[in-house]
Amino acid sequence: MATSSSTIKELEITANEIRTSIIEMLVLAGSGHTAGPLGMADIFTALYFHTLKHDPHNPSWEERDRVVLSNGHICPVLYATLAHAGYFSLQELSTLRKFGSRLQGHPHRDFLPFLETSSGPLGSGLSQAVGMALADRIDSGSSSSRTIYCLMSDGELDAGNSWEGAMLAGKERLHNLIAIIDRNNIQIDGFTEDIMPLESLRAKWEAWNWHVLEIDGHNFEEIIGAIHQAKAIFEKPSVIIAHTIPGKGVSGFERKYEWHGKPPNKEEAKQALNELRTLGGKIVSEHQ
Amino acid sequence: MNCGPWAGKLSANINEMLNPDLKLNPKIFDKDVEQIPIRQGYGEGLLLAGEKDSRVVALCADLTESTKTNLFAEKFPKRFIEIGVAEQNLATVASGMAAMGKIPFIASYAMFSPGRNWEQIRTTICYNNQNVKIAGSHAGISVGPDGGTHQAIEDIAITRVIPRLTVLSPCDAIEARKATLAAAAFVGPVYIRLAREKTPVMTTEKTPFQIGKAQVFFEPKENAQVGIVGTGALLHNALLAAQELEQKGIAVKVLNLSTIKPIDEDRLVLLAQETGALVTVEEHQIAGGVGSAVAEALAHLYPVPIEFIGVHDRFGQSGLPAELLKHYNMDVESIQSAVKKVLKRKR
Repeated sequence: MATSSSTIKELEITANEIRTSIIEMLVLAGSGHTAGPLGMADIFTALYFHTLKHDPHNPSWEERDRVVLSNGHICPVLYATLAHAGYFSLQELSTLRKFGSRLQGHPHRDFLPFLETSSGPLGSGLSQAVGMALADRIDSGSSSSRTIYCLMSDGELDAGNSWEGAMLAGKERLHNLIAIIDRNNIQIDGFTEDIMPLESLRAKWEAWNWHVLEIDGHNFEEIIGAIHQAKAIFEKPSVIIAHTIPGKGVSGFERKYEWHGKPPNKEEAKQALNELRTLGGKIVSEHQ
Repeated sequence: MNCGPWAGKLSANINEMLNPDLKLNPKIFDKDVEQIPIRQGYGEGLLLAGEKDSRVVALCADLTESTKTNLFAEKFPKRFIEIGVAEQNLATVASGMAAMGKIPFIASYAMFSPGRNWEQIRTTICYNNQNVKIAGSHAGISVGPDGGTHQAIEDIAITRVIPRLTVLSPCDAIEARKATLAAAAFVGPVYIRLAREKTPVMTTEKTPFQIGKAQVFFEPKENAQVGIVGTGALLHNALLAAQELEQKGIAVKVLNLSTIKPIDEDRLVLLAQETGALVTVEEHQIAGGVGSAVAEALAHLYPVPIEFIGVHDRFGQSGLPAELLKHYNMDVESIQSAVKKVLKRKR
């Protein structure tokens, strides 16, 4: 399905606003992860502003799609997206990681009840999404209109629990399940292929009976198209390997694993925000 | 474990010391007391829970018959998920199902669940506050010949330390069935400790069961000099020890602590006040188990001397249950010695 160019333009603008919020949040928090959230901003935008069945004014709507964020450390992009989508105010984003804040360092349902799960320890999200998809199938059979999404990192595929979930989903042919892997090739200690090689990633998932799609994780047409295709696959769960650039949108942060687990300082944030607000120098920022 | 020399030559008045309100098994002290594995009670309870509530689902990690989950799986195949040998997946898939409104019961050996998947239970079930019930079978040293790898004697410690997790340790198959049904009706995560071997049936269908309530099983006519707090099948050894001691002129009261968390503080304080000295009895490491839980409660509410029956910082090994209980000083004789020891410490 083609997505109109005006829609894509709007999504690009929204993603840029979300990236701006991510930088603003992180510099205030003084700790947190930068590369992953920036890299996943386009996918979060595509989901929450285009594809997902959800209602920010009725977050517990039974028929909503479910989104499990497995790699909880990229929660700045989740929080920023939810705020921009209308789940809570943009002002609240400034409380990230502060005492008493609903925006915990890693997402916690106790604080933010409309999260589908709490996460942080890696490798556990896919299995939870599998459990949701199984429960959905018990309730609705194969005619369910709900889709269960699991957003996960490539680094957490080092964890055995991830593959336990993948095996079960393949065995159970959970067509209502779509996993999206942030294939940004970095983890805290370095590049994934140096730390613990994951390739051939496609072959691994295919071996567990998954339908595999590979996309440019910054191309909205590809993101939306892949989700449409995944939904059309009836016999298997689908995994979208989304090739992304860690730190995407801020040239100084891009592709550097050093930005996995640290926030920008004030000066770095200023430069980053300037780059984002001027779309890389293409326009003049109203903040200047 | 009930076939010591004392069995079978009982006077009727010993049975009169059983708490009449609890309608306990009148054959409790008999040599031929019926023996059923505690895990059987779980399987039966799970089936009943499944019949009562369609939200109940069961998951198992390749131990369906061994954990008696097969009773449920045969009746409700669409609500049963075979996970394979993957206990981390067992816990996390259950968390996801609970998030959709199901009441998942997950079963494996306690050594693997909550042993291997502790962090998943902690984060995806308890931190997430999901309504998952965790059954850990083959707990304790009396797993026997399988040896130390399969004898979970740390599970109470690692479960009771997790916020929100209720910890149940039924003493026999009938109580296990009631505990399973109570867990299904209770909203929140629950751990149920189960054992492999056939063990004496101490309760009856009529014995009341309530999460959070400890029960006095054995109460001498005269004032009790020592209180025993026991949990699981080993409670039977505690009762036999109390009976022997009674004949030796030492009056002992025996409490069944089937809910380890939340612990019944009121009942423990009462027992401490009545007796002034306690012995705790469990098939578990001394560190972090029932003895520790009792000591934690009483240290600030009503401190009394306590002796601890359990495993003292060692691993298990192969052997017959009775051989192992003797070797690790959890047999009737060891419990009697502990009672005498704590009696001397009383002021």
